[in-house]
Amino acid sequence: MSSAFGEALPLAARGIVIEVDGQRLLDSVSLELRAGPRSVIIGPNGAGKSLLLRVFHGLAQPTEGEVHSGGRRLEPSSLRKQGMVFQHPVLLRRTVAANLRFALHARGSRGKELRRRCDRWLEEAGLEHLATRPARVLSGGERQRLAIARTLSLEPEILLLDEPTASLDPASIPAIERMIDEAHAAGTKIVLVTQDLGQARRLADEVIFLHRGRIEARGPAPGFFSRPGCARAEAFLAGDVVD
Amino acid sequence: MEDTQSILQVALDLIVGADAELVEIVGLSLRVSLGAVAIACVLGFPLGAAIGSARFPGRGVVIVLLNTMMGLPPVVVGLAVYLLLSNAGPLGPLGLLYTPTAMILAQTVLVTPIIAALSRQVLENLHDEYDDQFRSLGLTRRQTIAALLWEGRYSLLTVSLAGFGRAIAEVGAVIIVGGNIKHVTRVMTTAIALETSKGDLSLAFALGLLLVSVAVIVNLCVMGLRRIGGVAEGV
Ligand SMILES: Nc1ncnc2c1ncn2[C@@H]1O[C@H](COP(=O)(O)OP(=O)(O)OP(=O)(O)O)[C@@H](O)[C@H]1O
Ligand SMILES: [Mg+2]
Repeated sequence: MSSAFGEALPLAARGIVIEVDGQRLLDSVSLELRAGPRSVIIGPNGAGKSLLLRVFHGLAQPTEGEVHSGGRRLEPSSLRKQGMVFQHPVLLRRTVAANLRFALHARGSRGKELRRRCDRWLEEAGLEHLATRPARVLSGGERQRLAIARTLSLEPEILLLDEPTASLDPASIPAIERMIDEAHAAGTKIVLVTQDLGQARRLADEVIFLHRGRIEARGPAPGFFSRPGCARAEAFLAGDVVD
Repeated sequence: MEDTQSILQVALDLIVGADAELVEIVGLSLRVSLGAVAIACVLGFPLGAAIGSARFPGRGVVIVLLNTMMGLPPVVVGLAVYLLLSNAGPLGPLGLLYTPTAMILAQTVLVTPIIAALSRQVLENLHDEYDDQFRSLGLTRRQTIAALLWEGRYSLLTVSLAGFGRAIAEVGAVIIVGGNIKHVTRVMTTAIALETSKGDLSLAFALGLLLVSVAVIVNLCVMGLRRIGGVAEGV
């Protein structure tokens, strides 16, 4: 697969610590994510998965450590190459199409180019027939498809997803996984946080197990699920309570 | 002293007959108060958005000040604007004292803090909701403020109504800087005060009825707008 990054790593965290009131929410996290494989982050509630994505995306400032994206320290130009999809899609109080146009316009797309991209991503998300509907009346699945399309329309090289299907019923999930797959096939680096182990099995090329702000296990996908290489991860995969 | 029934009768006759003086007074009231609210919105909305979406040292103090200024006493504002516009004041040469412009100015001073303070609260809540998303999209400060104002448009309509309510009902500031001059600066509230003190209760009552009706009509129009737009956009 061709990579937009050349030799540079899409994402690298070096010794990330986030400390709040003496408590380490992220504890010396070092993680290098290569271009290509879809990286899936799993772990119990409160492990720090969302926080780690926020650090990668420049939304949370680490107390210690550094993040590099595409070989450079995080800065507005490297952040523009990332797109993030949040667990609860934040849509504007406008129509579906206007939500896409807003993001495209904010990034400097205009005129024909803007319309072309808007139409394309309405179609990719299967939302053409809802283009003029207020975004806030969409169903949960439609809203999340719109949020993903909005992010992908900006053509990020890295796509961060924080539990994109957490509040959706099973029937809505395949459409979203297909969008993620297509982005991956188009060369976008995928970093996915999920609680859904079935989804992790379906989408992961490599798995990272986070627990209490530390990376406790990491490995390539099919193998990781049978032999995660750490007792706690094993218990987590078996559905046991880990603490 | 006239009895209540005849006061009411004469008042209704004045309204139904679209008495020329009455129409003039209502027209000026609307011009002054709507003008002041329009200017206050142009100033107050962006100010509210800027404060609501920024973190800076001393922000808490600014908010307390702004909230306090919502309760500025009209007579004090009237006096301050009077001093500004009087012959000896810095803006004296403009000759604005006792003109509708002076009244618009005074009401703008009165209403802008209300608009700014209320929109700050509304837009800060919106900002909390959108902050991550807007930062993720890489919006500039200007784009953020513009987007917040547009997203909050229906709430801001209500905010403007609060400002209008304050302006249209206010008498202390406009009487000081306007002087309640017949055919020039007489508005509903100052006319009511005058007619009541003169004992012309019918005219005062007619004006009072109109004042309340104007407030109701303006509110209905804005609520209608909000409803039509809100339903259409799923807000
Ligand atoms: N801004 C913050 N200030 C203080 N504590 C925070 C902050 N953000 C997150 N935390 C705490 O950090 C811990 C990790 O939170 P995080 O949201 O990353 O967990 P998570 O792994 O995403 O969990 P979940 O699976 O429930 O989404 C939690 O205990 C949370 O309360
Ligand atoms: Mg989370």
